[in-house]
Amino acid sequence: MNLAYRDIKHNFLRFVLTNFGLSLLLGIVIMMTGVYGGLIDDALRQARAANADLWVVEAGTNGPFAESSRIPGDTRELVSRVYGVQRAGSVTYQSVQTELNGAPHRLFLIGFEPGRPGGPRQISAGRNILRSHYEMIVDRSAGLALGQEVLLGTRDHKFSVVGLMRNEVTSSGDPVAYITLRDAQALQFELAPPASRREQARGGSLETNDQINAVIAKVSPHVPVAEAAAALSRWKHLTALTQTQQETLLSKFVIEKARKQQLLIMVLLVIVSAVIIALIIYTMTMDKVRSIATLKFVGAPDRTIIGLIVQQSLSLGITGYVAGLALVFTFRPFFPRRLVFDPESVVAVFAITIVVCLAASTLGIRLALRVDPAEALSAAG
Amino acid sequence: MTEPGRQAVVCVERLSKYFGSGNARVDALIDINMEVFPGQVVGLMGPSGSGKTTLLNCMACILEPSGGRLTLDGEAVYDDHWLKADLRRLRLDKIGFIFQYPNLLPFLDATDNVAVVLHLAGLGAAAAHKRAVELLDYLEVGHRKRALPKQLSGGEAQRVAIARALANQPRIILADEPTAPLDSARARIVMDLLRRIAIDQSAAIIVVTHDEMILDRFDHIYRLRDGRLETDEVTRAPVGADY
Ligand SMILES: Nc1ncnc2c1ncn2[C@@H]1O[C@H](COP(=O)(O)OP(=O)(O)O)[C@@H](O)[C@H]1O
Ligand SMILES: [Mg+2]
Repeated sequence: MNLAYRDIKHNFLRFVLTNFGLSLLLGIVIMMTGVYGGLIDDALRQARAANADLWVVEAGTNGPFAESSRIPGDTRELVSRVYGVQRAGSVTYQSVQTELNGAPHRLFLIGFEPGRPGGPRQISAGRNILRSHYEMIVDRSAGLALGQEVLLGTRDHKFSVVGLMRNEVTSSGDPVAYITLRDAQALQFELAPPASRREQARGGSLETNDQINAVIAKVSPHVPVAEAAAALSRWKHLTALTQTQQETLLSKFVIEKARKQQLLIMVLLVIVSAVIIALIIYTMTMDKVRSIATLKFVGAPDRTIIGLIVQQSLSLGITGYVAGLALVFTFRPFFPRRLVFDPESVVAVFAITIVVCLAASTLGIRLALRVDPAEALSAAG
Repeated sequence: MTEPGRQAVVCVERLSKYFGSGNARVDALIDINMEVFPGQVVGLMGPSGSGKTTLLNCMACILEPSGGRLTLDGEAVYDDHWLKADLRRLRLDKIGFIFQYPNLLPFLDATDNVAVVLHLAGLGAAAAHKRAVELLDYLEVGHRKRALPKQLSGGEAQRVAIARALANQPRIILADEPTAPLDSARARIVMDLLRRIAIDQSAAIIVVTHDEMILDRFDHIYRLRDGRLETDEVTRAPVGADY
């Protein structure tokens, strides 16, 4: 006969209400891990989309996301010849503001060389870029349809949408768009006609701005990435970052403050939950003092009493957690930010809940073990 | 009143108990001698504060005496200090306690309130359930076996509590004013029941009471005053005269 279960069943409504409150609390804790996961995932999304082994950027910079990086357009050929590098592609990154469907809209433009590393990872509708000019693959969140045309740049080039992607946004939520490297370079450096005429009059260079932001290199599986990186570091005007370094850079430094803030909120929430769970268990035990005294009087061992409290505490925690998880997943689509859950953090919250429940029940256990069996004799019954 | 050939189930010798020390010392029990034999129902009477509950608690191994000897069912339990390591087990196996209020566990139905002590004593779930139902039938509350304590009347609840006290077939049953919450007709029924149990299980039953109406139900009345046993009077004919 399970006393914990019987007591819960007897006070079922109270258990359900307590549980509802607890599940909201635990739901918020779980949600915060999702927000945290989303924060990191958004920060890393574009770095991961490139699917690089090595990032070749301007010497001394942490480019191309954390800092700006400019390297000559022929760097890719240089990199391709390095021992171990299998494939390489040039990329550019830039933010542009344009009008989409009559409203101002920001786009994050990625210029890439079709057929080389650095292109979109998955196209959910339409096709890849086939022509070398004025085609665009864009994230669905931009609200554009296949075949629609977008004006970009100072000379209002018409780009037509040939492909759509899902979930390709920057950490600030801007939709990502892929265009060819040549188009991207043109957009970055070409001047509006009057400015261009003035530049020409000054004797300035004509469209010689063959610059890129980074080269993405894929290294042969038979060659250690570190070896290829070492070979690349011979060029003093370049820095090679491994994918791991790039991700560490983004997750540790770029979003460091946001990350710390999230962690602090999570720690505070866990503390609040612990206090609340401890109080719930304590009052649940208080309500049972007389039953506990009677059980002790008739000869129940301490382990029966401890079992009763620990089991109730755990069932409260486990059902609260499950209900909280269900709440979060039910309301996830309505959350303003993308929530990303990795299994480890979901399991970690569960483990924390269990630990907190066990710790919280010690308060109730202390009370229960101090209950004098003779209390069962006292009048009020 | 020693009855030759029969061993006392409860034997109390020169038992004393005081609370506090120095000026604040309260002598709750002084030099108590008492013997209760199988099949006997004895009453413990006395004004409030005379030490009845204290004596019962000492016999129930809930409270440690300050001196003297206590022998339960032939086993020396206390001789100026506890002789048994596991008093809890002793209570579970040898002693049934009936409280002034039924003290049933509110979250268990009548059957499980009885089964729980069988379970604690190591009986399997099915066997415990079966024996609990038998006991409830024996106490004529079998028809209420699924009821929760709050659904039981005072008399029914008290009988469930008695069934619980009997569950492990203890040789010693201690009752602290078990009839206080009952009217006199029901009080008599409970007392007759205790008498029947004393005979059926050859148990010793000690009942604390204030109720002058049920005096005729006891084989013996012990009167306590200020912690001392006053008289030791025989009030009625030998055991089982009614049956
Ligand atoms: N835990 C205790 N601490 C101090 N004094 C106590 C305690 N329990 C009982 N007493 C004292 O012992 C005496 C006998 O009490 P008790 O056995 O409860 O009497 P009764 O049950 O006959 O009314 C009383 O004077 C009471 O104040
Ligand atoms: Mg009393």
